[in-house]
Amino acid sequence: MQQLLAIRGTGLGGAIGRVGSAAIDCLRALADVRTWAPLIVAQMRRLGVDSVPIAIFIAVFTGIVLALLSSYTFTGAVPLYFVGSLVGKTIMMELGPVLTGMALAGRVGANIAAELGTMRVTEQVDALETLAYDTNAFLIVPRVLAGGIMFPIVTAFAVAVGVVSGWITAVNLLDLSTPEFFKGLRLFYQFKDVWFGLVKAGTFGLAVTLMGCLQGLRARGGAQGVGRAATRAVVLGCESILVLDAFWAIVLL
Amino acid sequence: MILFEGVSKAFGSNQVLDGFSLEIPHGQTTVILGYSGSGKSVALKHIVGLLTPDEGRVVVDGSVVHELKRDELAELRRSIGYVFQFAALFDSMTVEENIRLGLARRDLSPAEIEERIVESLRLVELDDAGRLLPAELSGGMRKRVGIARAIALRPRYILYDEPTTGLDPVTAALIDHLMIRVRQESGATGVVVTHDMRSAYSVADRIAMLYDGAIRQAGSVEEIRATRDPVVRQFIEGRPNLPSATVSAPGPGVGP
Repeated sequence: MQQLLAIRGTGLGGAIGRVGSAAIDCLRALADVRTWAPLIVAQMRRLGVDSVPIAIFIAVFTGIVLALLSSYTFTGAVPLYFVGSLVGKTIMMELGPVLTGMALAGRVGANIAAELGTMRVTEQVDALETLAYDTNAFLIVPRVLAGGIMFPIVTAFAVAVGVVSGWITAVNLLDLSTPEFFKGLRLFYQFKDVWFGLVKAGTFGLAVTLMGCLQGLRARGGAQGVGRAATRAVVLGCESILVLDAFWAIVLL
Repeated sequence: MILFEGVSKAFGSNQVLDGFSLEIPHGQTTVILGYSGSGKSVALKHIVGLLTPDEGRVVVDGSVVHELKRDELAELRRSIGYVFQFAALFDSMTVEENIRLGLARRDLSPAEIEERIVESLRLVELDDAGRLLPAELSGGMRKRVGIARAIALRPRYILYDEPTTGLDPVTAALIDHLMIRVRQESGATGVVVTHDMRSAYSVADRIAMLYDGAIRQAGSVEEIRATRDPVVRQFIEGRPNLPSATVSAPGPGVGP
């Protein structure tokens, strides 16, 4: 929160105002399709496809730990097939989107802030403006849209991998069969579990990429300034994820 | 014509420009001289609206730059080529792509764009460098690509920010020659900020010296060479020391 306040140095109102103003500028820049449309596929690949390995890595171990933890908690108290319920529900609704979001806040947020920060301190952003480009349309919109589109897709991969990982763990390390695991998985399943997680992931993607862009474009003072921008982008990205996570839980559950 | 009228600009407590006024006539090359950190680049950035004055105004072709709407400012920028101090090439793009990026904002056919890329690279004598990345270029080549990117737009004005800084004397002379050639061939009005006197004498039609946030003296090359203003004399002669009493008291016959 301290970092959030430092965005403008005039308190939370100023920080929210700056982020809100940037979001409005981005919405206006959406009209400049000719500028951002050719750039979006490359950003989707960079921010999304290239992030799949780290998301899968996290999901594999999350699935393992969740299966073991739930077994440890349920043994002797609750039928063991509830392991499937807990693994599925938790990964789909919470850990899949949030852990993937956090990992991508580090990878994507820092990447964007460092790239745009370097462009800022080497006057490449000024050069773009003198060439009559709208920097919102050229730099921010394709990244933010790519984040909003790709975070749910990467999260969907992570959720699938996490559930499969939990199932393999349950079958191999716990006294649980495949039918029992899937019985538990189906027991409390609702379609809402899936879209709730994916909607959250979409907003995480928008927030993380917007923070990365804003911090990068605010970078000053050479390499040190770029480093600071990358750090702020990651911190603010993670904080945004937690705030949005609570927001969606209050609004949608 | 570009007109600075009483422009003041501060960054925090650092007053960079303080009542800066200067008229840049059409079709000539005006050199703005000044010490490092004196605000030359800051003045230049006001012309394209990268900075907004705290006081005063910058007028380009009758339009007050900081009052322009977004679309109008973009239109103004289409008439101005800007050569940055460190070239500011987009480092993920090849030389050709760097030049193409600016041309893509003009209503040009693909054939015209390719023609202009070839033509501008030929003018800066980098015909074969189109496929190279900026990281593969020397400092002088990067500056020449920066110039090529600006002239490919066929602008009415070209702004050069420290075009010869950090270059060896031969490459610096090549850049000077290039600036003269660009003016002769395109007729564009040039504004050059530099502290390189050799370069200033080579390319300038008029020279203005920026000192303490304002124009200390402006005139033709001959007038500047013959100046009796101690501050200007010290600068153009590159003398390291000047008694403080003489700095604050301009000699007779000087002024913007």
